Amino acid sequence: MSSSSDGPLTAATAHGGHDIPSWGGGSLPYAVPSKKLGMWLFIVSDAITFSAVIFAYGYLRLAAAAWPRPFGTPSIANATVMTFVLLSSSVAMVLAVRASSLGKVSGAVGWLVATALGGVVFDILHIREWLGLIGEGVRPFHNPWGTPMFGAAFFTMTGLHMLHVTIGVVYLLVIAVGFGRRKFSAADVEVSGLYWHFVDLVWMFIFPLVYLLSAKTA
Amino acid sequence: MAMEAQQHQHTAPTGFIRKYIFSLDHKVIGKQYYFLAIASVFLGMVLSWLVRIHLVWPNVHVWGLGALSPAGAPGGVISPEYYLSLLTIHGTLMVFFVLTTAPQAGFGNYALPIQIGAEDMAFPTLNMLSFWVTFLALCALVSTLFVEDGPPISGWTAYPPLSAVGSLAGPGQGMGQNLWAVSIALFCIGSLLGALNFITTTVDLRCKGMTLMRMPLTCWAWLITAILSLLSFAVLFAACVLLILDRNAGTSFFLPSGLLVNGQLQNHSGGSPLLWQHLFWFFGHPEVYIAIVPGFGVISHVLSVFSRKPVLGYKVIVTCLLAIGFLSFTVWGHHMFLSGMSPYSGFLFSIPTLIITIPATIVSLLWLGTVYGGKLRFTTCMMFALGFVSVFVTGGLGGMFLAQPSLDIFLHGTYFVVGHFHMVMGVAAIFGMFAGTYFWFPKMFGRMMNERLGKIHFWITFIGVYCIFMPMHFIGLEGMPRRYSSFVNDLMQPLMPVHKFMTIAALITGAAQFIFLFNLFWSMYKGPKAPENPWESTTLEWTVPSPPPFDNFGGKHPVVYHDAYEYGDVHNGKDYVMQTDPAGQPAKS
Repeated sequence: MSSSSDGPLTAATAHGGHDIPSWGGGSLPYAVPSKKLGMWLFIVSDAITFSAVIFAYGYLRLAAAAWPRPFGTPSIANATVMTFVLLSSSVAMVLAVRASSLGKVSGAVGWLVATALGGVVFDILHIREWLGLIGEGVRPFHNPWGTPMFGAAFFTMTGLHMLHVTIGVVYLLVIAVGFGRRKFSAADVEVSGLYWHFVDLVWMFIFPLVYLLSAKTA
Repeated sequence: MAMEAQQHQHTAPTGFIRKYIFSLDHKVIGKQYYFLAIASVFLGMVLSWLVRIHLVWPNVHVWGLGALSPAGAPGGVISPEYYLSLLTIHGTLMVFFVLTTAPQAGFGNYALPIQIGAEDMAFPTLNMLSFWVTFLALCALVSTLFVEDGPPISGWTAYPPLSAVGSLAGPGQGMGQNLWAVSIALFCIGSLLGALNFITTTVDLRCKGMTLMRMPLTCWAWLITAILSLLSFAVLFAACVLLILDRNAGTSFFLPSGLLVNGQLQNHSGGSPLLWQHLFWFFGHPEVYIAIVPGFGVISHVLSVFSRKPVLGYKVIVTCLLAIGFLSFTVWGHHMFLSGMSPYSGFLFSIPTLIITIPATIVSLLWLGTVYGGKLRFTTCMMFALGFVSVFVTGGLGGMFLAQPSLDIFLHGTYFVVGHFHMVMGVAAIFGMFAGTYFWFPKMFGRMMNERLGKIHFWITFIGVYCIFMPMHFIGLEGMPRRYSSFVNDLMQPLMPVHKFMTIAALITGAAQFIFLFNLFWSMYKGPKAPENPWESTTLEWTVPSPPPFDNFGGKHPVVYHDAYEYGDVHNGKDYVMQTDPAGQPAKS
């Protein structure tokens, strides 16, 4: 697939895909290259895993007599900055995909690194916040405000997401290096973008569900 | 992800490790899955023997068991707790490593790419990883037999609080249950990677002319099963992660407050054991169809081949399989009628459960219609296919009782349930595997299996499974509870002769499986050489040599001109038209 996709992305494949070099069995029925479809399917299953965890959180939070609302303005501000960083990194990802499809190798690599950098900043802000909460005495089994499940839900949901961001950073850097050395194609950059946007989208659920719903009320 | 840089290799690897161990070839990986399932099924079967023996002869000394588990079976006498341990491993092995593995990942990996005219799966490296992750999962599960406390006692469903509170709850609930949870989490990952590979392969790699509606029904079944796996294992994975956290990080997702375990108050609060049941059965019910739908595919396929007739209602079967797949996600609550859920919810889950019987019945009738009026060829494979229809219908009838909350209140947790799911999920799926083995063996190993041994194997197995599982329905109706290790000094005592009968039937039927095992390995080396198309079948795997070359089609790209089941009309002395035959006339069906 590598030879066809250095040109303008999907222009060849979207309209019948007659130039797939490695496969003589005819055109791709849905004009979705295998790697992209594979990533979409992975995203479907991963979204369901997140949904199950979020379902568990909702199930237990609704059943609880009280749920702590410990996040004051500094915490919400911090989480908002994290959201902003992550969303900005998605913009960088879009630019990376665009640059790669136009064949601008150094531009694509630069934007990929910028995207990964956004992920790193997000992780750093997140870990700082975790350490702050741990300092306040929040544990998976205990916290200063009662309802021990608060800590369990918080660390599980944000931890699972942080793991995804971290994996994404590594993934993006691998793609950046590989694309720079022409080992990976623009299609590979686009597939990594799918993953990154998905991780970003998950955060858009976690941010309101975990932070805003637990914001300190005056 | 390991999706990058996967090129189709066009030359076969040389060297033992790349060829047989870390192979990227879907045919080798299919066989690896198949043998993993064979190993698991025989281990699981021996465990079920021990369970059956303990039920009727609770004080018997089992040779070697005392050495394996001095605590669980001192002197070889199985303790009640160890009975539950054996039951857990039997169930987990059979459901995950046999019923989920062989029909889909085994036969599917082997036959799907060839049947749709592809050289390999879409992601060969991912395919190899799926197998090895599954293999690790099996190692983790089997290792529970060798840890100090033995395997967990919480059953294959691992209901909390028992599964979540740790070693205080009983033998095997420490390390054993941890290994179980890790094993299942790994298994989920392997299944998810396999599922996305199957779907991508089916969508993207079909050869020219292989439209969706020309695919063999086996491929439809594998596709639908892969979709079910993709959507359901993701939930079980999340549940396993939460269980592992509950056990090791002190969280309380599945643990309520005020829990007394062996007299000690647990420091947990805020969780719910019902949450596990919801997450588990949201996976668990589609799982039933993950086990059986590949069997539907194989049976539809095989009945047509050996009846020399096109499949009756191809489109209807596809529609029914899709309907079954969809409905399977709406019925998980029927496993929880007695968990304290609202009767209205019970009613809500009961309705789609009963609706599922409609597509299942239509498919069963279409199988009979396919056979009706055909020129039947009674090969062993065909007999197992007919046996599948029999056991599936018999087992399925019990499901209509269990689907109704009012009846389930009585039948829940009795041997009726055990008989039902063994018949409809276990035995039927295993008959599907037997049919698949006798059908594809010539292609997989290039030799024919022995038909005489096959028929002996079939008749003992067919009669045997009815002798084992039909009485379970009756003693269940009498109220005999499942998961009790013994019924000594109990009002159930008058039913013990029935148990004895079932145990003897299980020992004989199990012993007959060694005929199969012998036939399998003997034929692999000593069977007569298989021709290219021994069954006079039409699909693509029978256009290539037995066994096929490394890239399946020897560098050629097959082109498909026909539906998958054009049997019956005689042209040039043949009563079938190969899918790749450009000159053949389409059969009038």
